[in-house]
Amino acid sequence: MSNGPSVSELQTIEHDVLVIGAGGAGLRAAIECSRQGLNTGLVCKSLLGKAHTVMAEGGMAAAMGNVDARDSWKVHFRDTMRGGKFLNNWRMAELHAKEAPDRVRELEEWGAVFDRTKEGLISQRNFGGHRYPRLAHVGDRTGLELIRSLQDYGVHQGIHVHMECTALDLMKDGDRVCGVLAYWRDTGRFVLMKAKAVILCTGGVGKAWRITSNSWEYTADGLAMAYLAGAELLDLEFTQFHPTGMVWPPSVRGTLVTEGVRGDGGILLNKEGKRFMFNYISPRFAPETADTEAEANRWLQGDKAARRPPELLTRDEVARAINAEVKAGRGSEHGGVYLDIASRLPAETIKKKLPSMYHQFKELAEVDITKQPMEVGPTLHYHMGGILVDAETQMTTVPGLFAAGECAAGLHGANRLGGNSLSDLLVFGRRAGLGAKEFAASAPAPKIDDAQVLASMRRATDILNRDTGTNPFVLQEQMQDMMGKNVGIIRTKSELETAVSEIDKLRSEADKVKAHSTSQYNAGWHTALDLRNLLVAAEGVTRAALTREESRGAHTREDFPGEREEWLKYNVIVKRGAGGEMVVEKRERKPGPGPLVAIAQSKIEDLEAGKVEPDYK
Amino acid sequence: MAERTFKIWRGNNDGGEFVEYKIDVGPGWVVLDCVHRIQQQHATDLACRWNCKAGKCGSCSMEINGKPRLGCMTRMNSFGPEEVITIQPLKAFPVIKDLVTDVKWNYEQNKRIPPLKPKARGADGHHRMMQEDVDRVQEFRKCIECFLCQDTCHVLRDHEKHDKFVGPRFMVRLASLEMHPLDTEDRVDKMRKEFGSGWCNITRCCTEVCPEHIGITDNAIIPMKERVVDRTYDPIAWFFRKVFGKK
Ligand SMILES: Cc1cc2nc3c(=O)[nH]c(=O)nc-3n(C[C@H](O)[C@H](O)[C@H](O)COP(=O)(O)OP(=O)(O)OC[C@H]3O[C@@H](n4cnc5c(N)ncnc54)[C@H](O)[C@@H]3O)c2cc1C
Ligand code: SF4
Ligand code: SF4
Ligand code: FES
Repeated sequence: MSNGPSVSELQTIEHDVLVIGAGGAGLRAAIECSRQGLNTGLVCKSLLGKAHTVMAEGGMAAAMGNVDARDSWKVHFRDTMRGGKFLNNWRMAELHAKEAPDRVRELEEWGAVFDRTKEGLISQRNFGGHRYPRLAHVGDRTGLELIRSLQDYGVHQGIHVHMECTALDLMKDGDRVCGVLAYWRDTGRFVLMKAKAVILCTGGVGKAWRITSNSWEYTADGLAMAYLAGAELLDLEFTQFHPTGMVWPPSVRGTLVTEGVRGDGGILLNKEGKRFMFNYISPRFAPETADTEAEANRWLQGDKAARRPPELLTRDEVARAINAEVKAGRGSEHGGVYLDIASRLPAETIKKKLPSMYHQFKELAEVDITKQPMEVGPTLHYHMGGILVDAETQMTTVPGLFAAGECAAGLHGANRLGGNSLSDLLVFGRRAGLGAKEFAASAPAPKIDDAQVLASMRRATDILNRDTGTNPFVLQEQMQDMMGKNVGIIRTKSELETAVSEIDKLRSEADKVKAHSTSQYNAGWHTALDLRNLLVAAEGVTRAALTREESRGAHTREDFPGEREEWLKYNVIVKRGAGGEMVVEKRERKPGPGPLVAIAQSKIEDLEAGKVEPDYK
Repeated sequence: MAERTFKIWRGNNDGGEFVEYKIDVGPGWVVLDCVHRIQQQHATDLACRWNCKAGKCGSCSMEINGKPRLGCMTRMNSFGPEEVITIQPLKAFPVIKDLVTDVKWNYEQNKRIPPLKPKARGADGHHRMMQEDVDRVQEFRKCIECFLCQDTCHVLRDHEKHDKFVGPRFMVRLASLEMHPLDTEDRVDKMRKEFGSGWCNITRCCTEVCPEHIGITDNAIIPMKERVVDRTYDPIAWFFRKVFGKK
């Protein structure tokens, strides 16, 4: 180890604003900062353009009304609130619905080539929980289009990109954030980055579970760094299980099958060949959901009087239904259910509309989806909970620290609608950039405290320097299996309590973890460093899940079934206590603004007839 | 589970060697699964890039039994049951460590290419483009930047003309801009002089390795070469095309 901790020899880089994460949110935030004249740094763990956003498939939601002119921001807002079981931050849901169309158009200006309607406009597709075709898309590779457009535009905006560089800890000057200690993956050397404001866009927490659609990057780094720096975290119990992940072969278990398959007509069948979703329509959605196959089929053919097929209910509902079918012994060969598009569309149409799904199944499962059904089951996919932020500026409870994208929370409430993430990234990435600009304008030059830097370096080098210790990969798997078993789709008090004590044990193991060899591009060292963050997330999710004694959206408690009116009044806040322990707090929510409440709770017919809050624009 | 033998190149830019590993391989495994298992059981410091494990991000490029491929899309059952699997880093770029190479050069090429300069929106605030007019551009935009085509192109791989030719990936990028219905920028002169389109002698090796099945040579490079030739011989035709719209 040539890398003995010493602050004076440390490479130091200074920017006005530092954005951590180069997915959709980070790139959009960095573009905005640069546009505002700030010296902007952008750090990411992978190469540029490889962030999770690249994997998004189905599309981005924006009420442009290109396919169905009845769509409007109010209907999008209403869908988002209902999908989130009314626990969403009202203002964020409003801003998101209003601003998403402009962000999509802007992306087109920067080079994105969306699929077109017959009139040559941006086409929009149906998705679960969205009343109208609303997702701007490019086949089933929308994320690639989004990230590449931002990347290709962004590299001409004077942003300083630091690729394959991992942030370890936030540095603080008193209350406020003043930079970050990071390491270069290719050399293992440390680098200190100073900034007046830091924007976290680090994505989700999926790697705390084994069966997940998420990549190795999703180790909750931003969430944990913010927590350790004193920021409050919001509603962590809401972890979305996507209903359709691959289940076979084992090596791809969890890999996503886009909701676009169902949006384009795909249906779910149990092993008896029965279309079971008709048995799982909850009262909230019953008035707007088809109750016969005939009606569902008419809807698909574009009959505007018909109601939506139940396969397009929100993700929490569909995931629970699949879970129940499997538990009842009606699952598929490998413990999922069947998703059939082959009998619904001509082979050529399937290849055209869902090319990467066709590919994925052909190459990885040897299944031809134009001829055979897919086997699917729930997979941990998205974190609705995250860092608490201000709706307008995205500032966290720590001055100078901002967050946007999946690592932030509020917009999606108890359950996210598909397609609402990509639009979230752009709307709030931009807003975070503006917020950081405002903050940086009056912030003093960053002042670094050497002791904090040293502590962070020492934690990292200890992993290499100790003589023996646990294998980090093995420990990561233990945690993943433990979370899958105890903090899954259906939760109970006793399992959650088991998880809390298991996490404690895993944490003491993680303190003794050992990585061999040098710090240069060392997978074991990287995995060992990530463990701390994953365990913060695992503990936060588990404790929040224990606290919320009801079932709402993606959080289902077997011992507390159904939504409880009482609990709608509360958010669950997680923060670090004075002694370093995790503190969980039930915090009363502010009531929503009158007009927004009226829109969210309106009957759809009234809203569309212009009878609800017509003057609220 | 069946035991399989792997030879993986271990080392850095000072040199290295193939190291043999034996692991049990499960049903449906791809080469990347095997690399992960080797990391976990035998070589925790083994360096290898990956992200999506589904052929969508272009991170896990490597040379498997001599062919540039994505580790996550190469199934173990595509090899003979006794076949030893040899894995090494991309040859066209400097090694950082083990299977990880320094691909920064590619990012520098991208930066040199003038970005989209869109025309004004219609009076109704929309850009109008017909699907059939964007099909080709969408084909190019499927590119996941795996750089396998760059690795295979002999101009870069064997002749190391990195300072002369941007390589097939960026010919695709240029074509996606030049054929973009909204674009008003002109890159044709640069194509020859700065980006080196003349170095390509249409061997089609790049097309063969592209995991996205992009018609790199026929659909992107040849039409771009034609534009360059048109321009050199017939500036008038070019002027009319530019003014009257056909790109
Ligand atoms: C398979 C799949 C399909 C999806 N499909 C859709 C869809 O169709 N529509 C939709 O709306 N949503 C979809 N989603 C969800 C959506 O893609 C993600 O929520 C979203 O892309 C997250 O973007 P982000 O910008 O917040 O983070 P990401 O794109 O994940 O980027 C995170 C960035 O942070 C960096 N980072 C993390 N930690 C550190 C650190 N310590 N130091 C430095 N950098 C760090 C990473 O390197 C990366 O650059 C899908 C998700 C998956 C997994
Ligand atoms: S066709 Fe041209 S670009 Fe492609 S490999 Fe051959 S020489 Fe290189
Ligand atoms: S053109 Fe094909 S081979 Fe080349 S980088 Fe793109 S996806 Fe990879
Ligand atoms: S890991 Fe993304 S392409 Fe292989």
